[in-house]
Amino acid sequence: MKRSNHFRLTLTALLAVSSLALADVRVGVIVSSTGPAASLGIPERNTVALLPQTIGGQKVIYTILDDASDTTTAVTNARKLIQENKVDLIIGTTTTPASLAMIDVAAESKTPMISLAASEGIIKPVDARRSWVFKTPQTDALMAAAIVQHMQQNKVKTVGYIGFNDAYGEGWLAELQKNAAARGIRVVATERYARTDTSVTGQVLKVLAAKPDAVLIGASGVPAVLPQKTLNDRGYGGKIYQTHGVANADFLRVGGKDVEGAILPAGPVLVADQLPDSNPMKKVGLAYVNLYEGKYGKDSVSTFGAHMWDAGLLMQKAIPVALKKAKPGTAEFREALRDALQGTRNIIGAHGIFNLSATDHLGLDARSRVMVQVVGNTWKLIK
Amino acid sequence: MNIFDPAIFPILTADGLTNGAVYALLSLALVLVFAVTRVIFVPQGEFVMFGTLTLASLQLGRVPGTLTLLLVLLAISTVLNVVEALRRGDGRSAGISGVSGVALGAGLWALTTTLAAAKAPLLVQVLLTLLLVVPLGPLLYRVVFQPLRNASVLVLLIASVALHLVLVGLGLVFFGPEGSRTPAFAEGNTVLGGVTLSNQSLLVIMVSALLMVGLYYFFDRTLTGKALRATAVNRMGARLVGIRPTAAGSLAFTVAALIGALSGLLIGPSIAVSYDTGFLIGLKGFVGAIIGGLVSYPVAALGALLVGLIESYASFSLSQWKEVIVFTLILPVLLWRSLSSKHHDEEDE
Repeated sequence: MKRSNHFRLTLTALLAVSSLALADVRVGVIVSSTGPAASLGIPERNTVALLPQTIGGQKVIYTILDDASDTTTAVTNARKLIQENKVDLIIGTTTTPASLAMIDVAAESKTPMISLAASEGIIKPVDARRSWVFKTPQTDALMAAAIVQHMQQNKVKTVGYIGFNDAYGEGWLAELQKNAAARGIRVVATERYARTDTSVTGQVLKVLAAKPDAVLIGASGVPAVLPQKTLNDRGYGGKIYQTHGVANADFLRVGGKDVEGAILPAGPVLVADQLPDSNPMKKVGLAYVNLYEGKYGKDSVSTFGAHMWDAGLLMQKAIPVALKKAKPGTAEFREALRDALQGTRNIIGAHGIFNLSATDHLGLDARSRVMVQVVGNTWKLIK
Repeated sequence: MNIFDPAIFPILTADGLTNGAVYALLSLALVLVFAVTRVIFVPQGEFVMFGTLTLASLQLGRVPGTLTLLLVLLAISTVLNVVEALRRGDGRSAGISGVSGVALGAGLWALTTTLAAAKAPLLVQVLLTLLLVVPLGPLLYRVVFQPLRNASVLVLLIASVALHLVLVGLGLVFFGPEGSRTPAFAEGNTVLGGVTLSNQSLLVIMVSALLMVGLYYFFDRTLTGKALRATAVNRMGARLVGIRPTAAGSLAFTVAALIGALSGLLIGPSIAVSYDTGFLIGLKGFVGAIIGGLVSYPVAALGALLVGLIESYASFSLSQWKEVIVFTLILPVLLWRSLSSKHHDEEDE
């Protein structure tokens, strides 16, 4: 008995020493690789494999967990990563509700977190809790402003809205109403549908009855095809806008000729090859696309994975700075990492140019979006 | 604009009937499976999903993951059959089960890989889809529900929920996170009494009606159909007159899988079906089945049509409350049923 206790003590001591000696940087990743957000989460997970294995001379250990697009699971996973894996940084998660819930976990344990979700509420305002939270995707506000600006330039006076009856659809509706009011455009119809609906004829008829100049479809992925198809079937002649949630190859594959002419805002990486050479994001975007497609096959890339890539770029800049101040695995290192992330300037990412500060934990501006149209079943940059 | 506007009401009605027809088919399958095997078959919608997505992968020239699932289930059920026969000391039927299982698996594999690579014409792909999806019904019954055939309704329900989760997960692995559409079987529109209907929705209504008539004929005129009905009415009685309950259960699951796969093929051209689409569609069929008290086929079918119509009208008038309205429908029905009918508990028999 005594002997085994002794043995245990030695073992614990040994383990403690070895973990100190190694001091690898531990990064916990939470993405939604199953569940409704899987089409976003899978490319994000795939991108982790492309991130560097050593940063600033230190080995980086990635632990990837799936939250099944579920808020509770995301929070449990975040706690697990912090308590069991002793991570220095959390990247994730894919969805807005789950990211919002993870803020408390990050703040409690004082662990920096880079969310991959869209909503502005995750990083604004930067208060005591959110001082640990960053994100890389453009906010809906940024994207909605681009859409409404395009509407105004094309003399659209009235707009109809058909969107998901969930957080995504509601968020877009709120942004549309805010931006449209500011630019003197009237929202004349607002209709909802579920992503699994087999028909949206009722909603489309109601929108058509209001005779809008343009229709915005607030939906993501292939379920966004159905309203546009139904609008076409009913002979709608106005402009049809989609959100950046549809910017993947599956949308074009499933939509085919039914989504021809759709106008949407997107991160520049979607049309990286069409950007002018003077645009600094062209090189970064193309490099990511080639790297991703080299590993996962042609046309497999989507803009969602690029958010993870951008998070990786921020991390590559911040970790070497933090390493100078403290050892990985300590509270001091996590704080130094947070400060380093906050001080990141002029990082050219696939989606935009990041200039973070103590009051802006996203750091993207209008350069992080372009307007794109579906022409000939492919994305075409609108100049 | 009013919902009863003559320019809108007929379109909404036609749309509701088209969706309702699919829900009605699914509600019939649910009633059938429950009546014969006491299983509340939650994964009914997954057959719909497998139907559409199997055809979609064949369209892309890929070997659908459905084949893997089918072969694994076939292997497990063959092993189960062989072990059972050997326990009975029946070496000959053990041999037959084993050899036929292996031959069937090899045949299906060869057929699917050849046809998938050859990008066969649409009709051949449809038949191949049915050939791959329909056997999942009896095989799932053999592997999951037959060993539980004497368990309580609750245990069967738990197994059914578990099976639903497994099948949804497999759908994600096999077909990926994004949905797919299949090509339309019928292009163009038809004008009927001033209302423009797409040929596709006419086809859905017609095929559903034909299938229902076929089911009626099957249950009313054929010996097998009558045996199924007898099992549904009284399991013990049916057994006493020589109907094997396991054979009846297997047949009920075959019909359910056939109905599911056909529904999937019918809705595939109009919406993008993804790996998690099946559940909600199945659930709406379930509301219909509940209206029919899980016993009456015609009431279930009518109830499902009603669900389709209400859904369509609600999507026009109050789209943000549509799901709430559709699923709240179940409450007054349950209340009325529990007040009007004498409680009959299967477990007390």
